[in-house]
Amino acid sequence: MSATEMNKLDALLREATVTESDAYQEARRQMAVCNACRYCEGYCAVFPAMAMRREFETADLTHLANLCHGCKGCYHACQYAPPHAFGINIPATFATIRQESYAQYAWPPAMGRAFEKNGTIVAGVATLFVTLALLLAVALVDPSKLWTAQTGTGAFFRIIPLWLINALAGASFGFAILAMAMGAIRYWRGTGGLGGPLTPAPAAEAAVDVLTLRNLGGGGHGCNDVDDSFAQQRRWLHQAMFYGFMLCFAATTTGAIYHHVFGWKSPHAFFSLPVQLGTWGGVLLCIGTAGLMRVKVITDPVPVARKLMGGEYAMLGLLFLIGSTGLLLLAVRHTGAMGFMLALHFGLVLSFFAVLPYSKMVHGVYRGIALLRNARERRAG
Amino acid sequence: MPDFSRVYDVLVVGGGNAALCAAITAARAGASVILCEASPPPLRGGNSRHTRNLRTMHPGPTQVMTDSYLEEEYWDDLRRVTAGKTDEALARMCIRASQHAPDFLASCGVVFQPSLSGTLSLSRTNAFFLGGGKALLNALYRECARLGIVTLYDTEVQHIKVEEGWATEAVVSHAGFPERIRFKALVASSGGFQANRNWLREYWGDAADNFQIRGTPYAQGTILKDLLAQGVQEVGDPTQFHAVANDARAPMEDGGLAMRLDCVPFAIVVNRNVERFYDEGEDVWPKRYAIWGRLIAQQPGQVALAVTDSQAVMNFLPSVYPPYKADSIAGIAAQAGMDAAKLEKVVADYNAAVVPGTFTPMTPDDCRTEGLTPPKSHWARRIDKPPYYAYPLRPGITFTFLSVKVDDKARVLMADGKPSGNMFASGEIMSGNILGQGYLAGFGMTLGTVFGRLAGEGAAKHVRN
Repeated sequence: MSATEMNKLDALLREATVTESDAYQEARRQMAVCNACRYCEGYCAVFPAMAMRREFETADLTHLANLCHGCKGCYHACQYAPPHAFGINIPATFATIRQESYAQYAWPPAMGRAFEKNGTIVAGVATLFVTLALLLAVALVDPSKLWTAQTGTGAFFRIIPLWLINALAGASFGFAILAMAMGAIRYWRGTGGLGGPLTPAPAAEAAVDVLTLRNLGGGGHGCNDVDDSFAQQRRWLHQAMFYGFMLCFAATTTGAIYHHVFGWKSPHAFFSLPVQLGTWGGVLLCIGTAGLMRVKVITDPVPVARKLMGGEYAMLGLLFLIGSTGLLLLAVRHTGAMGFMLALHFGLVLSFFAVLPYSKMVHGVYRGIALLRNARERRAG
Repeated sequence: MPDFSRVYDVLVVGGGNAALCAAITAARAGASVILCEASPPPLRGGNSRHTRNLRTMHPGPTQVMTDSYLEEEYWDDLRRVTAGKTDEALARMCIRASQHAPDFLASCGVVFQPSLSGTLSLSRTNAFFLGGGKALLNALYRECARLGIVTLYDTEVQHIKVEEGWATEAVVSHAGFPERIRFKALVASSGGFQANRNWLREYWGDAADNFQIRGTPYAQGTILKDLLAQGVQEVGDPTQFHAVANDARAPMEDGGLAMRLDCVPFAIVVNRNVERFYDEGEDVWPKRYAIWGRLIAQQPGQVALAVTDSQAVMNFLPSVYPPYKADSIAGIAAQAGMDAAKLEKVVADYNAAVVPGTFTPMTPDDCRTEGLTPPKSHWARRIDKPPYYAYPLRPGITFTFLSVKVDDKARVLMADGKPSGNMFASGEIMSGNILGQGYLAGFGMTLGTVFGRLAGEGAAKHVRN
């Protein structure tokens, strides 16, 4: 047998031994019912995308699952929802597939396992980083500086040197971006590749879908956030979280530009651009994450993949802590508590960067790609 | 625990659209209302759970419907499907009132959507509920809760005491315990008897065992039978029902809409003896889907097989279960358990009789057979492009026609022709007043909404006086 034949045989063997998970098989069974029913076509992008298909390959199911925003409209409207024999529960099934796809397309691939006990991992990393940050601050920072009010230019950097902040944050964030970009490429290829030339119109449509969370509008009147009544709570809370997060990011970026381009050093005045961006960003981030956790607690548990809630609570909790410690840091920055609060906040932010590519946060990447693929498919007819 | 000691103004029997519209209308008019639904909460709503739209008259385009659909056309459609077995005055009243049905439902929180796809193109005549019937029910039950209507689940009304045309009290089983409910007016909206196989056996014998019940298993006809036994006037042929061609592999109950197969106009259909028995291409499917259930019910073993090929398979909605698929007709016959030679001959005879034409899937075309009995009048194309596909069919019963007689105020009529003092009816339990046979898509929900509102209004008015 030649080497190429051996390779071919190897590939065939690999293909034959890759079995689909229960969630994929279950989703295929459910899609067969949904595609013959189609009552949900008015709810979100998933059902028109489903109607374009007759066969549901693994890649199709991954795509549809990542297109699903988990609004639960289809579950509460379903004539076949449990306890009906068909037991159709798309939100829970698709959530499970999403999680499996995060693991499958993670980079480096071995890190996919981090999605298995994601709540424990995210919470554990955050705890570890905060502990380390506090211990190292106590061990390495001159106590006369750590516990007394620091004022004037470079106050923060007397606690944690700027080069260290840049090195740690830059390296961890840089790696997170690389890992998520690799994940995006792997996901794009795995769910069908390019399939035609890239044009700007579908990308613009997908961007609008992302920025407005159109698919959390339930066809105009809202989603089933909590029960079979309609509301837009999750949409607005997610918007608060998303734009709050973006404002915080903008605050850090403007701060860096002030420092490196204009030579304006922190701490900045309360009404300066970076502090204003960070303040309102922090407030929105806290409102959004706290609100989303509340919705998770009170929502009807059936259309929810309970196994995944740990990772979701952990990430929401981490973001809430980052937002709230940022605000506290602002409040105490001219007092002796600043050093402690800075170490706490920095530890949390670093842990966020470290877990970023292996957390619920990656849903943004895959959801964005799914919306782009969907916009392209719709145009192709 | 509900208060069984008090006297309620209105008792509504049933929990589907017709019952809820009656309960909401009565409560809005100031009546105290108690509603008994036989099912547990997740399966509430009778057959309404499986519905998707209602047929409404409208003089011009609305947000959810295109063009216009006027009384004469609506009446003409109804007259044709019922072959005149209807009550024109009652039907026209219902048609006129249907114009206001969507607004009433919207006032209860029901959301409508424009029709987007599917093979039944109905966006001119029918208003579609966003998410379908269960979403409609969710909104109506929420409105009931808002109005303070006492809603009992797992509560079967077993008997209504009727004395000289007056209903006095109800014997119920509430969560398995016997109770009595006293009331001043009754609205019976508890559907037909299609899920009562023993009752069907009275007319259909052993064939009844082969009927699939498409909708709720709670449609036992208990109150229908109870009222008819106590001097309420009967209307509608007790042996007849609305039935469609269902996938023979569907659950025997509650399989709902997704089990129906739309392949018939693009296939040929043979019975167990491998013989064709009816013109598959007689008319467009929306006008013919409702006759195929009965056609199959009359075949030996109440089964049939629709055979088609890869050329036609994209012309109809996909089935839930994968079709039989083979590269030869003999292969199809083997999977269906039929005589291969016979099926090959039926297909060959059909293919030989097909005359060339221009195929148009949504409108009657000139693709037909010549010299074949029975003929296939439209969409007849040679079945010769493998792989071949086949779907086993059984009758799927939607509802029965046997009903209590009502007048144009939804009052139940007694055997002497006089209206009952305090009994009203809405929905499938009185559908036979207008539907003597046949069916128009979306008419059941129209009937339920229109007569539900009339019944609720009448019951509340009776209580006030």
